[in-house]
Amino acid sequence: MTTSDEKPVMIEFRDVHKYYGDYHALRGINGTIKAGEFFSLLGPSGCGKTTLLRTIAGFEDLSSGVVMIDGKSMQDVPANVRPTNMVFQSYAIFPHMSVAENVGFGLRRDPRSKAEKAAAVEEALEMVGLKGYGNRAAHALSGGQRQRVALARALILKPKVLLLDEPLSALDKKMREHMQVELIRLQRQVGITFVLVTHDQEEALVMSDRIAVMFEGEIAQLADPETLYRRPNSKKVADFIGTMNFVPAEILSDESGKIEVEAKGLGRVTLDASQAPPARGEAPVIGLRPETLTLLYPGQVPNDQVVDGVIDEVIYFGDMTYYDVYLGGTDVEVRLSMRNVPGRPIMDVGSKVQVAWSPEALVLFR
Amino acid sequence: MANTPTAETRAGWSLVSVPAVYVLLMLAAPLLLVFGLSFVGLQGGAKVALPLQEGQDLQFTLSNYAKLFCLSASESCSSTDVRMAQATTTAMLRSLFVAALVTLTTVVLAYPVAYYVSFHVAPSKKALWLFLITIPFWTSYVIRVALWRTILGYDGAVDATLGAVGIIDQPLNLLQYGTASIIITLSHAYAPFAVLPIFVSLEKVDHSLLEAGQDLGESRWTTFLRVTLPLSMAGVVAAVLIVFIPTVGDYVTPELIGGGKVPMIANFIETQMWKLRNQSMGAALAVSSMLIVGILALIFVLANRRFLGVRK
Repeated sequence: MTTSDEKPVMIEFRDVHKYYGDYHALRGINGTIKAGEFFSLLGPSGCGKTTLLRTIAGFEDLSSGVVMIDGKSMQDVPANVRPTNMVFQSYAIFPHMSVAENVGFGLRRDPRSKAEKAAAVEEALEMVGLKGYGNRAAHALSGGQRQRVALARALILKPKVLLLDEPLSALDKKMREHMQVELIRLQRQVGITFVLVTHDQEEALVMSDRIAVMFEGEIAQLADPETLYRRPNSKKVADFIGTMNFVPAEILSDESGKIEVEAKGLGRVTLDASQAPPARGEAPVIGLRPETLTLLYPGQVPNDQVVDGVIDEVIYFGDMTYYDVYLGGTDVEVRLSMRNVPGRPIMDVGSKVQVAWSPEALVLFR
Repeated sequence: MANTPTAETRAGWSLVSVPAVYVLLMLAAPLLLVFGLSFVGLQGGAKVALPLQEGQDLQFTLSNYAKLFCLSASESCSSTDVRMAQATTTAMLRSLFVAALVTLTTVVLAYPVAYYVSFHVAPSKKALWLFLITIPFWTSYVIRVALWRTILGYDGAVDATLGAVGIIDQPLNLLQYGTASIIITLSHAYAPFAVLPIFVSLEKVDHSLLEAGQDLGESRWTTFLRVTLPLSMAGVVAAVLIVFIPTVGDYVTPELIGGGKVPMIANFIETQMWKLRNQSMGAALAVSSMLIVGILALIFVLANRRFLGVRK
């Protein structure tokens, strides 16, 4: 994961608002997307992520605010002259054209000769792994092939920004995982700024340099995947990205960068101020990820803190097992995940166990 | 398992048999009758008028068709035959000309209507719009044609309106321009027939394709030309055929609007069949005009076949 602080800004949102009648779809979006970045807009359906993507493409008029691309305001710039191209969710492959005609669609005004354009089309098809497919009828392609055609059709125009609207949602799981890797490779190869819309947090984490998590028309957090996962800035983001356990807590003291907390079931713990995102005036809770908790097997010596627990539920996943455990004789239940390796039997419901945890992995929401 | 297809086939046949028999009786039989009638004559060249008289014997002949080609006098063509053949040719050409113009007018006017309803009317209101478009069909075709007489005729609605506004001081009496009046009337009569197939084909156009067209650098207009229009051509082709074929054979409008002064081919067929009681000749005319229309339609469909094979 590269830090992109030194890269120039490609897209900037300045207080972007969008209303559909009374419905406030985008509620003051601010933020920047850097040149050459793989950027994702992540959120549940209806959060405004697709609307925001379409404001970049020029398919939505803003109610107020400005979208800048490469330093120029896009106000009154129609979609067909913006330096962006889009891969549509449905792929929008022209059914009355061949694969080559689809890929070459945007080259009509290109001053190059017919032969040069044909070579460019072939090159674009090769880039997406469809070499020799030019003469096929577009409607005879599979879903994955359509998507590749849509990619080639957009990339052949060498846009400054490639917009991808849930491009993988129509593919099956295997194909989706394959295309994720392929898209990352392609983005490195062409070096174009990619902006991806997705509701799949795993997909966003795998592919992106940075992610904007959106809820209800607002960006809740904009950060790189690791920060987003390890240091979510709210319970809502924490809950949306992966799984997080929440344990009620009481703040005992908050002085000189150290916060002392009494967490139910875990006991007294001192946190660094960096483990507590800005306060929101909510009841304090401690968040911990399932993989930061470990069941101790007989003979194991813990490096971390240890707390007693009772297994309430066992969920077997093949490579992993999830355990729901009551902590320290309380009614606080957490989920923890254990990798299934030889010599580590699956434990039974009702077993008394020891759970190791480390204070550094905790996040305090308040 | 092995039995299922046969059972299905049998069920299919029994389902289709009733409509098939109906179609055979109502469509194929009359067509065959007309076709057969066009190839028969009586001894001595007398007219064939059904039912046949006692002692008349039908025989196979091509003379009915031969007479249509009597464009100049010769041994086998009397001067009556020549006049007849020339008038028929004129009427056929007029029919094709009128039908072509009506088709052009109808489709060009219907396309924007269909486009508007498909792309700019809220989905919940589309049914209402289509319903409104069909309102002209609520009255009989003959009554609608007759109403155009009142609209276009001497001191009719057009003349009265233009006169009241002061644009004209003499009545135009548009009815006197027979062919033009026929074209106006038929274009109105067939408009909904053209709107519906175009509407259906536009409904199938995925709107993201239009955004894709713009995203790839085309304006709204060039996107329309490169994406929307080719994708809706199947509907346009259907509309052209649906309007062109029946208008070639229209009989009522030239009679009521043209006052019989600008007859089309159907009026000739009617004259031969009933007024002149020469039913073999009428049949030969009907078959010939069917053949001409059929060939033209085929050429048109073949010319547009690349638009028709598109499947989603």
